Parts: sequence; structure tokens; C-alpha cells
Amino acid sequence: MATTTKVIPQRRRSWFTLMRSSPRTAIGAVALAIIVLAAVFAEAISPYPPNQQNLRSRLQPPSAEHLLGTDHFGRDVLSRIIYGGRVSLQVGFIAVGIALAVGGLIGLLAAFYGRWVDSTVSFVVDVLLALPGFLLALAIVAALGPSLTNVMIAVGIANVPQFARITRSAVLQVIEMDFVTAAHAAGSRDQRIMFKHVVPNSLSPVIVQVTLSLAGAILAAAGLSFLGLGAQPPTAEWGSMLNSARPYIRDAHWAVTFPGLAIVVTVLALNMVGDGMRDALDPRRRD
Amino acid sequence: MLLIPILIGVTVIVFGIMVLTPGDPAILMLGENAPQEDLVALRERLGLNEPIYVQYGIWLARVVQLDFGRSIRSGRPVTDEIVSRLPATTELALLATLLAIAVGVPLGVISATRPNSAVDHTATVVAFTGLAMPVFWQGLVMILLFALVLGWFPPSGRLGGWEYYVLPTITLGTSAIAAITRMTRATMLETLSQDYVRTARSKGVRERSITYRHALRNAMIPIVTVIGLQFGALLSGAVITETIFSWPGIGRLAIDAIRSKDFPVVQGVVMVFALMYAFVNLVTDVLYAYLDPRLKTRYS
Repeated sequence: MATTTKVIPQRRRSWFTLMRSSPRTAIGAVALAIIVLAAVFAEAISPYPPNQQNLRSRLQPPSAEHLLGTDHFGRDVLSRIIYGGRVSLQVGFIAVGIALAVGGLIGLLAAFYGRWVDSTVSFVVDVLLALPGFLLALAIVAALGPSLTNVMIAVGIANVPQFARITRSAVLQVIEMDFVTAAHAAGSRDQRIMFKHVVPNSLSPVIVQVTLSLAGAILAAAGLSFLGLGAQPPTAEWGSMLNSARPYIRDAHWAVTFPGLAIVVTVLALNMVGDGMRDALDPRRRD
Repeated sequence: MLLIPILIGVTVIVFGIMVLTPGDPAILMLGENAPQEDLVALRERLGLNEPIYVQYGIWLARVVQLDFGRSIRSGRPVTDEIVSRLPATTELALLATLLAIAVGVPLGVISATRPNSAVDHTATVVAFTGLAMPVFWQGLVMILLFALVLGWFPPSGRLGGWEYYVLPTITLGTSAIAAITRMTRATMLETLSQDYVRTARSKGVRERSITYRHALRNAMIPIVTVIGLQFGALLSGAVITETIFSWPGIGRLAIDAIRSKDFPVVQGVVMVFALMYAFVNLVTDVLYAYLDPRLKTRYS
């Protein structure tokens, strides 16, 4: 009981200190919180349903009625951006979840068992890294067919090598520590040592990678949707919104400008938070 | 040493992608209404009746001779399709890399030598925004501003004067500029605080000489690493940039091939991209030895 009451204030203080010492991280965290809340409560805050067409008010510039204007079907751009955020965040989280589950597990096994397991995993990771991530995702989507689900799988697989590498190096440091040797000596099973002792102590760099990879995954998924390989019409997704508004760029730049800005702000916020967390967790980076 | 096994591993992935593809490759190539005997003959010729590992062997034997088969769409050899479009991609990638180095390195150096100055803050904002900006959106905004509104540059195409190169090069190079600026600033800040820099200053060496001859030279290895890594991002960006600007390179060829399910072309382009990336990584490794004589001594 006493331990619990000590730990919680320490954690709160460290988050507070991080935010106070790095205004950039604080700005990123606030922006990210707004984006996540907007995506969660999209039904409540969107002025219009995302796919509601009104051909009489197509390509309307921003006005009091449509704050960010309308697209070529007369749909409200702001509403589609809000709902698009939900899709983009969902794609990002699921893709990174796949990468974390697969990459994290093989990185953990490689570092824990060493020998041929490590050599094999390291070779597979090197092979996957020989192809730029986006191209790998593009090739996988090309094979599986265009759809949002396939984009999540493809972007997830493309991110596996980064997670495998980071988990492997984090675990390698932890398994050298005395408490792991002690657990081995006490006769604990491998599975228990891995998940009870090693994983909780290897999480910091992996959490930072999750934040930074989320930004990359959102960008990659939006890029694939922009190329017509991800979200299909009429789904409101930032990349596909840009793609469908592209022919009307001269007459209705707002249908291109604002969804793009939404991507920039989201990725910028994730990068700011990720950088701040990395600086806070890596003592060498602290000024 | 590991390059060849890794490239063989890449061929397994690229071949595996074809295996994953739903549907019969013979039907994809000849169409659903093709006569049965033609389909049987094509399956036999492509070795599609053999076990997977034999199919991979047959395919690999052709690939090492740079034979990726024929394009389903045009009927031309895939290698010819790629070779005719490779110069466009190479020149765009090289120009974007040169632009990124020419802007990113000096900006990072100036930023590190004047920390917390207006230049430093501007460089940080440029770097953060550049990394967050999707290449497809930036391309569209550049077309809108500089081609459609101001009329300074053409919105698409390649054959013509230098003006056709400006927008695609800046679009493709922006994220690399951001990454190189950040890395240069970070490594320069570290090297500028080293003892040998303090010694040089105390001996009265000029600040310019300290920055460029002492500090930058020692900061170059991480900078070269990030340039090499950025080349991979640049190849990915080329696929989108070429699509936006109707640039007739292999990136656009890949997208057209994916849309028309022309899988031999997709495989060929992905293999060529992997080879280009591997070559740049090799050049990066060689540059390490040139930049740091200690590495050359250790491995010679």
C-alpha cells in the first residue's frame, strides 16, 4: 500500500516535469488530445453527417454555414475531416499494433534465446529493411488488393523490422541485469521471466517508437489512400479526400488544403510528443 | 558481405508477394475469356504447375539475368519498360538528394553554431514541419501556388526546360532537407562541445575553420548515414511525386501497374528499387571509410 502511494505521485510529477520543461511536447500533447477527442466524439461535434451530399452547394468556399467549405459533392469538408481523423487514427493504431505484436515478439525471442533464433530474426529484419517501408507496404497492398484493412496489414508489416530491432536491443540490455539472472537461478520458467521481468523493464524505448511510428503509419496509410489503394469512396479519410478533391484544386483549394493540414497537424503533434518522450527517457539527450 | 544474401531474401519477399496475389496468374495475363489450351500452355511455360520452391527457382534464374517477364498491359519485356523510365527517376532522386544536402547541411551547421538564434528557431520549425508534411499534399499545394496561381512553373510533365524540374525536386527533397538539417544540427552541437574544438579555439584558429574543418568533418558520419537512409524515403516519395507531376519514371510505372494488376512490372520495379537502395547503402559504407580513417585501418 505504501509503495503504491509513493509511485503514483512520482509518475505524475515526471509527466508534469516533462510538459513544463518542454513546451514543444506540451503543445504536441494538447493538439493530440484535441484530435483524439474530436475523433472519439465525431457524431456530437460534426456539423453534418460526413457523407451527406448537397449538389446545390458543391465547391462552396468557407462560410458560416460550412466553416471549411464543401467538396465536389457538396459534402461539408470540416465534418469529413473530423470523421477522417477517426479513420486515420484507427488505421495508425491498428497498423502499429500489428507491428508491435509481431516485431515486439520476434525481437523479444531473438534477444532472449540468442544463437540461431537471433541470427535468423536479424537476417529477416535486414531483408525487410532492404526495402524502403512505404514501397514494401505498396507491394503488399498491390498483392492483397486495395482496401483499408489491407493498408493496415501492409503498413503494419512494413513497420515490423523497426519494432523487432528496438525490442531486441532493449531486451538485450535488460537480460544482462542481475534480477534476470536471479530469476533464472530461482528456477523461473522462460515465459514467466520474459513477460514478468524482461518485458516491463524494456518498455520505454518501445513506447517512444509506438508514438513515432504512429505518425509514420498515418502518413503511409494516407499516402496509399491518396494513390487509390486504401480507403475507398465515400469513406471520409484524409488521403482519399485529397485524391478525390485533386481535380478541383483550381476552383476549390479548401477541399485539398484543409485535409492536408489535418495530416500535418496530427503528424507534427505525434512527432513532438514522441521526441519529448525520447528526450525524457534518454539521459544522454537531456540538457 | 551480407549484401548478396539480403538481396536473395528480397527476391523471396517479392516472389512471395506474387504468390499471395489472389487469382490465377495465367488468367490475369491472358484474360478471363482466353481459350483453355492457351491457359494450360502458359501455366506450363511459366512453371505454374510446379511446386512453389521450383517456381521460385525458375523465377530467380530469370531475374538474375534481369528478365522479369513481359508486361501484361503492354506485352513488352518488363526490363525494357523499366530501362526506358529509369533515367527520369534517377535524375529526380539525385536532384532531390543534392538539394537536400545543399540546403540541409548548411542550415544545420548555421543552426548549431548559433543556438537559440532566429535562424536556429526557423531551422527547427522548417525541420519539424518538413518531416510532418505528406509529400502528396505538398506536391498539390506547390502546383496550386506556383503553377496555377503564380504561373511560374509548369504543373506537370518532364520534357522541356529546367522549369519542369523545380516543383518535383523541391516536393521530393523537402522531407530529406528536414531530416538532414536535424541530424546536422544535433551532431554539430555535440562535436562543437568536444575538447579538440576548445583546443583549436584556444590556439586562435578562425571560427570558420573550426566549424568546417574540425567540427563538420567529424560530424559527417551520422550525416552521411541519414543521407543514405533518406534515399530510401526518397524512392518511396518518388512513387507519389511522379504520380502527382505526371513524371514518366518507374514510380509512376509501378502505380499504373498496380492499378492494372500488371504484376510482373510491379515485381520488376520493386526489385529495381531494392537494388538502388542497396547500392546507395554500399556507397554510404564506402564513404564511412573515407570520412573516418580509423574504420579503414580497422577493416584493412
